[in-house]
Amino acid sequence: MSPSHSLVELRHINQEYGTGAHRFVALQDVNLYLQEGEFVALLGPSGCGKSTLLRIITGLQQPTAGQVLYRGQPVPGVNPHTTIVFQTFALFPWLTVQANVEVALKAHGVAPEQRARRAVDLLDKVGLDGFETAFPRELSGGMRQKVGFARALAVEPELLCLDEPFSALDVLSAESLRGELLELWTSGALPTKAILMVTHNIEEATLLADRIVVMEKGPGRVVAEVKVDLPHPRQRKAAPFLNVMDHVYAMLAGQTQPEHVEMGTAPGEAGKTRALPPIAISDLAGLLEHVNETTTHRADIYKLATDLKVDLDALLRLTETAELLGFATVAQGDITLTPLGETFAEASILARKEIFATRIRRLPMFKWLLAMLRAADKHQLDRDVISTALELDFTPDEAAHQVEVAINWGRYAELLAYDDTSETLSLDTSSPALPTSC
Amino acid sequence: MTGLFAVQQPTQRRFHWGDVIVLLGISVFLSIGIALAVHTPPALRGPEISLDPYILPYYAGLSIVRMAAAYLLSLVFALLYGRAAAHNRHVEQVLMPLLDVLQSVPILSFLPVVLLSLSAVLPQKVAAELAAIVLIFTSQAWNLVFAWYQALKTIPHELDEASSIFRLNNWLRFKTLELPFAAISLIWNSMMSWAGGWFFLMAAEMFTVGQRDFRLPGLGAYLRAAADQGELPAIVWGVGALVCVIVALDQLVWRPLLAWSVRFKLEMVASEEPPTSWFYDVLRSSRLIGGLREVWRPAAARCDTLCMSWAALPDTVRQTRRRPWGVYLSAGIGSLLLLYGTSRAWGMLLLVPVAQWGAILWGMGATLLRVFVTLLLTMAWTVPVGVATGTKPRLAAWLQPLAQIAASVPATALFPVFVLVVLHLPGGMHIAAVLLMLMGTQWYVLFNAIAGATAMPQDLQSTARLLQLSRWERWRILILPALFPYLITGAVTASGGAWNASIVAEYFDFGGETHAVIGVGALIAHATAAGDYPLLLAATLAMILTVSAINRLVWRRLYRLAAERYRLE
Repeated sequence: MSPSHSLVELRHINQEYGTGAHRFVALQDVNLYLQEGEFVALLGPSGCGKSTLLRIITGLQQPTAGQVLYRGQPVPGVNPHTTIVFQTFALFPWLTVQANVEVALKAHGVAPEQRARRAVDLLDKVGLDGFETAFPRELSGGMRQKVGFARALAVEPELLCLDEPFSALDVLSAESLRGELLELWTSGALPTKAILMVTHNIEEATLLADRIVVMEKGPGRVVAEVKVDLPHPRQRKAAPFLNVMDHVYAMLAGQTQPEHVEMGTAPGEAGKTRALPPIAISDLAGLLEHVNETTTHRADIYKLATDLKVDLDALLRLTETAELLGFATVAQGDITLTPLGETFAEASILARKEIFATRIRRLPMFKWLLAMLRAADKHQLDRDVISTALELDFTPDEAAHQVEVAINWGRYAELLAYDDTSETLSLDTSSPALPTSC
Repeated sequence: MTGLFAVQQPTQRRFHWGDVIVLLGISVFLSIGIALAVHTPPALRGPEISLDPYILPYYAGLSIVRMAAAYLLSLVFALLYGRAAAHNRHVEQVLMPLLDVLQSVPILSFLPVVLLSLSAVLPQKVAAELAAIVLIFTSQAWNLVFAWYQALKTIPHELDEASSIFRLNNWLRFKTLELPFAAISLIWNSMMSWAGGWFFLMAAEMFTVGQRDFRLPGLGAYLRAAADQGELPAIVWGVGALVCVIVALDQLVWRPLLAWSVRFKLEMVASEEPPTSWFYDVLRSSRLIGGLREVWRPAAARCDTLCMSWAALPDTVRQTRRRPWGVYLSAGIGSLLLLYGTSRAWGMLLLVPVAQWGAILWGMGATLLRVFVTLLLTMAWTVPVGVATGTKPRLAAWLQPLAQIAASVPATALFPVFVLVVLHLPGGMHIAAVLLMLMGTQWYVLFNAIAGATAMPQDLQSTARLLQLSRWERWRILILPALFPYLITGAVTASGGAWNASIVAEYFDFGGETHAVIGVGALIAHATAAGDYPLLLAATLAMILTVSAINRLVWRRLYRLAAERYRLE
């Protein structure tokens, strides 16, 4: 895989926000190349920086460090040979469908007569003839995205970037639009040399891409690449297709790691503090109950997403939590309940609270929080104090979010009490005496 | 109407070094004006004002032209100023604090200085016209700038990115993204600017002090002359003409614009109750207008092509970081001028004897008290009426349009009439002064009280009724807390208006006689009449400082309290 004839090459891209203690690494040492004729999918959970990477490639954003080469050359500013199809369409609501396409042509200096002809031509190509004078608000989501595609194709980009283009559409429109895009691309009707698609939908990536680049978060980085050597049109039910998907799932859901790595370190200490996944506890209970109802107490995460109709991101957060609390293990794209997880799923409300409490007391973040509260005057602390303390390990936004999650979990476990008007956390005195060591 | 009087959040900025510079800048500006004003002739003859009702269309035309000129100036200024601030961080750090202070300054206190300095260097007619336009401009520009700047700052991220990725140059970006996105907010704020502008236009058109007659032929001067001569029919004609003009502008200009601007709504779903306008419907179905459009279109296209070829790509697309030399240079020159001007102003202030400083302090107290009384009186009647209107839709149906028409008549237009009526009562001028302040300010509070009462959740009202709370308890637990943020919003605007009005309310020439009460507004007017320039500078500055300080120390805090504690979501 030599990147010698790359259309785009990324070298050691870093993206950081803030400075000093508030430094947050969004992208760490990302290397990537794209060759002519390739359709590449960037896949990863939300927050892994895949959309940021797209913006860096197109030049909308400057990386903190690293180089973006286009045909071997750096391009200052926004790269004129690239364009983006946006997740939320980004159409001008006050312009008609045709005017939306024409404005891109006008910006590129196309003469008025040609503008109209080319716009109508392209709208015809994506199947929107007859809707030239409609306003975007009159169209369905799928049709709006067609306008988005027509506008992007109008400027004849060499690199077409797709930023989760199908995720805001209903299932049927997304399906048909995917098919149409694939047809345009494989038939060679597009002047486009390469397509880069950001997505968090594994099936979509496997269906469309020649190569899947898997990213992980915290910090955002490339963890793996999967070649998809399947001919188009691809059969979703066929074994090779399912194999690729399982492979990718395994990469994304991660493998169980040794406990000290898994749980991280306490805030302020050396090493990475494991963030508490933002989940609702009732959802976690629901997931465990669902898996517990299967005979093997084991489920395919990909199938879970379909069965439970939750999006993959939310599901991965739940499995991460289940793993963190020792309720389940995750391997090869499957989640398996531990005996503790089974107990939790079958327990009464009060018993669940107790199990939950003993489990979260083991987490370095909670150990640290409870120790702080025990040491504090009247066993209570301002929410801001904790948030500020957490900013050593998290961005201010994240820190505030972590406090929120900690309050929710601590309240459920009856370890913490929280007063909203004074914004103070305190030890929940109604709970049984806390053991001094956990 | 709710759009007009929605609760606006002020910036949460505390006192800042920039404020000091802004205040110094204002004092320098004032002292330059006053230095010029020394050459003003001691007596100025005003125009002959006819009271013939047939001349009213002509006078109304003059008034409208003045307003339109000032509005155009404000709009162009706002577009340039707001875009500069929104697109350049260095410029933003200077311009936004500046704007924040400027908008809290009582504009009418500038009128004497502007009038005197302009009439010293220009022929009197031109000077008075310019002064009126400048004054209206200063009342119209700030909220337009804020609206435009706010819109530019809140353009949806993906539209902004799409404009960059499709390489829209500055002109195309302005035309297809920025202006359409800001259109609705700009139109609403333009309506507000016009409503505020009438107040200052009337004040400027009828302004006279002592031997100096700065009146301008227009509706304001007509009303003033009619009151001076005690001509009741002429007063009725004048007020009628003014109301007609305001209503006509609303029906023929603003409503059609609002109906037209629905297309710039960002939401992708159709709104439930879009604004409608009969005149807009007439225009749309008119053949003649369609024909005009055919003539207009090629010209617009040519203009568009020209702008396209001139405009450059935005810096974010080109990614060329220019050093902000221009900003540094102008900041350098500015600070030099500031230093020189401050020393001049200081020299002039030293000329003010101690006794006069005492009088200023005294006058400030008196005016403050008057503003306070005005606010109390306003609250006393607007809160019950507002709550009644807001909670009883049937009452609102006929009261609200009535109140809107009443509110549209600028208080300054009616002032001569009031003076005519109450001057002979005991303490007449005091009553007149408070009445004028009240006239100009009560509507803001009323409309906010109505908005607040309408927004009161129905389930809370039902709960209060189910709990059988006594009337007093209901007010204490539900109504007053729910209304608090709205009343604060109304009161902030109202107090600003009251300070402004004090200049024309506390000192009045009537039928050759001067009537004045103790107050800083009267001092400013008196200094203008007597040509006591150091006093004029000192009093104007003292007023600006006091009002800015009150805004910062009192209203900001109440605002924050309202936003944090008494917000109903």
